[in-house]
Amino acid sequence: MALLHIAEPGDSAAPHQHRLAVGIDLGTTNSLVATVRSGLAAVLSDELGRPLLPSVVRYHPDGSTEVGYAAQGEQARDPRNTIVSVKRFMGRGLADIAHRESMPYVFEDAPGMVRLHTAAGVKSPVEVSAEILRTLRHRAEQSLGGELVGAVITVPAYFDDAQRQATKDAAKLAGLNVLRLLNEPTAAAIAYGLDNAAEGIYAVYDLGGGTFDISILRLSRGVFEVMATGGDSALGGDDFDQRIFCWILEAAKLNPLSAEDARLLLTSAREAKEYLTNHGVAPITARLNSGERVDLKLTTEVFTEITKTLLTKTIQPVRKALRDAGLSVSDVKGVVMVGGATRMPQIQRAVGEFFQQQPLNNLDPDRVVALGAATQANLLAGNRNAGDDWLLLDVIPLSLGLETMGGLVEKLIPRNSTIPVARAQEFTTFRDGQTAMALHVVQGERELVTDCRSLARFELRGIPPMVAGAARIRVTFQVDADGLLSVSAREQTSGVEAGITVKPSYGLSDDEIANMLKDSMAHSKDDALRRALKEAQVEAQRLIEAVQSAMKSDRDLLTDEQFAAIDTAIGRLQAAALGEDRRQISQAMNDLEAETREFAAQRMDKTIRKAMAGKRIEDLPGTEASTETKGEHA
Amino acid sequence: MDSPRDEINLNSDHFALFGLTPAFRVDPLALDKRFRELQARVHPDRFAHAGDSERRRSLQLATRVNEAYQTLKNPLLRAQYLLSLAGSDVDKENNTAMPPEFLMEQMEWREAVAEARQASEYGELEQLHHRVRQRMSKRYEQLAELLDDRHDYVQAADRVRRLMFLEKLLAEIDDGMAALEA
Repeated sequence: MALLHIAEPGDSAAPHQHRLAVGIDLGTTNSLVATVRSGLAAVLSDELGRPLLPSVVRYHPDGSTEVGYAAQGEQARDPRNTIVSVKRFMGRGLADIAHRESMPYVFEDAPGMVRLHTAAGVKSPVEVSAEILRTLRHRAEQSLGGELVGAVITVPAYFDDAQRQATKDAAKLAGLNVLRLLNEPTAAAIAYGLDNAAEGIYAVYDLGGGTFDISILRLSRGVFEVMATGGDSALGGDDFDQRIFCWILEAAKLNPLSAEDARLLLTSAREAKEYLTNHGVAPITARLNSGERVDLKLTTEVFTEITKTLLTKTIQPVRKALRDAGLSVSDVKGVVMVGGATRMPQIQRAVGEFFQQQPLNNLDPDRVVALGAATQANLLAGNRNAGDDWLLLDVIPLSLGLETMGGLVEKLIPRNSTIPVARAQEFTTFRDGQTAMALHVVQGERELVTDCRSLARFELRGIPPMVAGAARIRVTFQVDADGLLSVSAREQTSGVEAGITVKPSYGLSDDEIANMLKDSMAHSKDDALRRALKEAQVEAQRLIEAVQSAMKSDRDLLTDEQFAAIDTAIGRLQAAALGEDRRQISQAMNDLEAETREFAAQRMDKTIRKAMAGKRIEDLPGTEASTETKGEHA
Repeated sequence: MDSPRDEINLNSDHFALFGLTPAFRVDPLALDKRFRELQARVHPDRFAHAGDSERRRSLQLATRVNEAYQTLKNPLLRAQYLLSLAGSDVDKENNTAMPPEFLMEQMEWREAVAEARQASEYGELEQLHHRVRQRMSKRYEQLAELLDDRHDYVQAADRVRRLMFLEKLLAEIDDGMAALEA
């Protein structure tokens, strides 16, 4: 706290203290947390040394939860209350969810996002994801021994605005400060590129548990520039399991299954898929609760045959992304494989054939995203070392537009635009005396509104009555570095304004978030977040009082301008301390400290002069003595 | 840390922002290099842990730099931008009167694209794509001469209008190819 408080040596925070930041790969099947320690990115394991956290949450009737392996172990016994692959439901309505008939959950089609009925009540996918993130946060804080400054959370590059917003909301709910939402293939490219000093055009083929992404990047000294991205946010390793599952049902001629048996067979299907990575034939045996027995053999040939269409579904977006980037296969220098599902031999083969080269597999496909995210988090948190100076230029995956007359889409920002990006367009009224205008924001590539994703609807009211076509309504889209959209509209002649951050129709409203946050606070075993806020508020108050009393006693040291500047900074800090944003408080404290630095130095001088007045040199304490004092505290 | 404010003026034109002389012929490497230098200073990742106002400012500046780069990188947008700087608008909305022979030719192109698409002739579409591209690169050379050497903005605006048709045609061929791939 500057020189106004003379801190005990070792008591105050060093200016270049390492800030604890993590990268989190919030996956469909597994999640990971990683951090940079002594310059190296590493995945943080749990107390049993396991790096992965299965993305599984089990709800108990008393409201408590199990997350990870414990929950995964119970999924066949308690399928309804054990939520797996929740990432597939993020920012999605009921109608968007494929294969829901073979899922054991009780869905509710809530406005915006689907909800799940569990023993602990109705849960939104955001809440379920927040449980996973909270578990990872605890793991990180325990193993790093401190509170996190922030986290970079990865999302599939092909996630739309609703899915991104939902992910950010989940992080907020888990008490994480999101430094950035980072696209998964871009995170992988950072990890790969920095490790291999790669230069040139690279493709990242990322097939996760439930999502598929392809990104084409240009890597050059210190710059990671995404040129195009594409994918399918509802295609992943899970779908290969599903194909095997259907094959089992048919081959074994089974009767309709209970939820428990379905879950059991899905697990067998996944095991068979993994087994086929290193073997030619996988045995599938299971004894169902219904008494039926399954005893089958799945060969690589059959597996390849029944999943052929899934493979084709990944190659189409690859073609499109290359064309969007204005490149051909021969321009691509390397293909980085990411995601556990890329271990399947038929995928390695298909990708190799398409790109006419051996795919790069020298990084662990499960960890590479988390490692890249940790590296970026370290940079964003301000732990920059010499040489750590790369720049990341990413794009939005899907075009953004507005509904116009006749249900057509007017695109404002085309897909693959480098972010941040803003675009404005003028619209006008079509009826005489029209005083309001409805705006419907959509995302997607299709011409018709009904074929695109609806992101939000809002209304601009109070347009002064004019003849049709006279009003000039300027609508501005701004996409930030997280790929999140905000929209504002302004009637130019009168200055009437309306603004929203896109969220309502597919995300959660701010009220919902606030309520969930409150609930989670009430249930949470540690209220670290609230406590930290309280502490920051108290500290802010203490600083304000110290500065004010110094201003009173040493008014003569300040010019009028200095006095006014400090007074303004105090006002800002007071306002920030009334709010709930800890970052804002600490920022305002920093500002006030910066503003008072010179004043503090002058007060120090004055104190020393006063102390020295009338004293002889011999009376002053020697350097030896002060070194000793320091030593005691160190 | 650098302040994003240094030296970057939100109101300067795209060329000035990139330290380039306004001209149609630009050195793409110099453009890329300058773009990276500017983003390295203003990108929101540089200010992730800074205060709200600095982060807002960085978002604004990075958005501005991206906009300028997109405009200068794309030849058609760059030409339109140069014309607007010269006070000669292409007047896209009102001036659609094109010579009949040009329109005739456009219709023929379009029919060829539609036919190839109907018949699922991927190779034919690729051919058309190639031919339109060649045609365009010739037109762009003419445009460079009109803008940079002769400063004939009236003729240049006419070329830009023609190129707008061709760009649209190219997009249609791309769509056709995408549809056949799906």
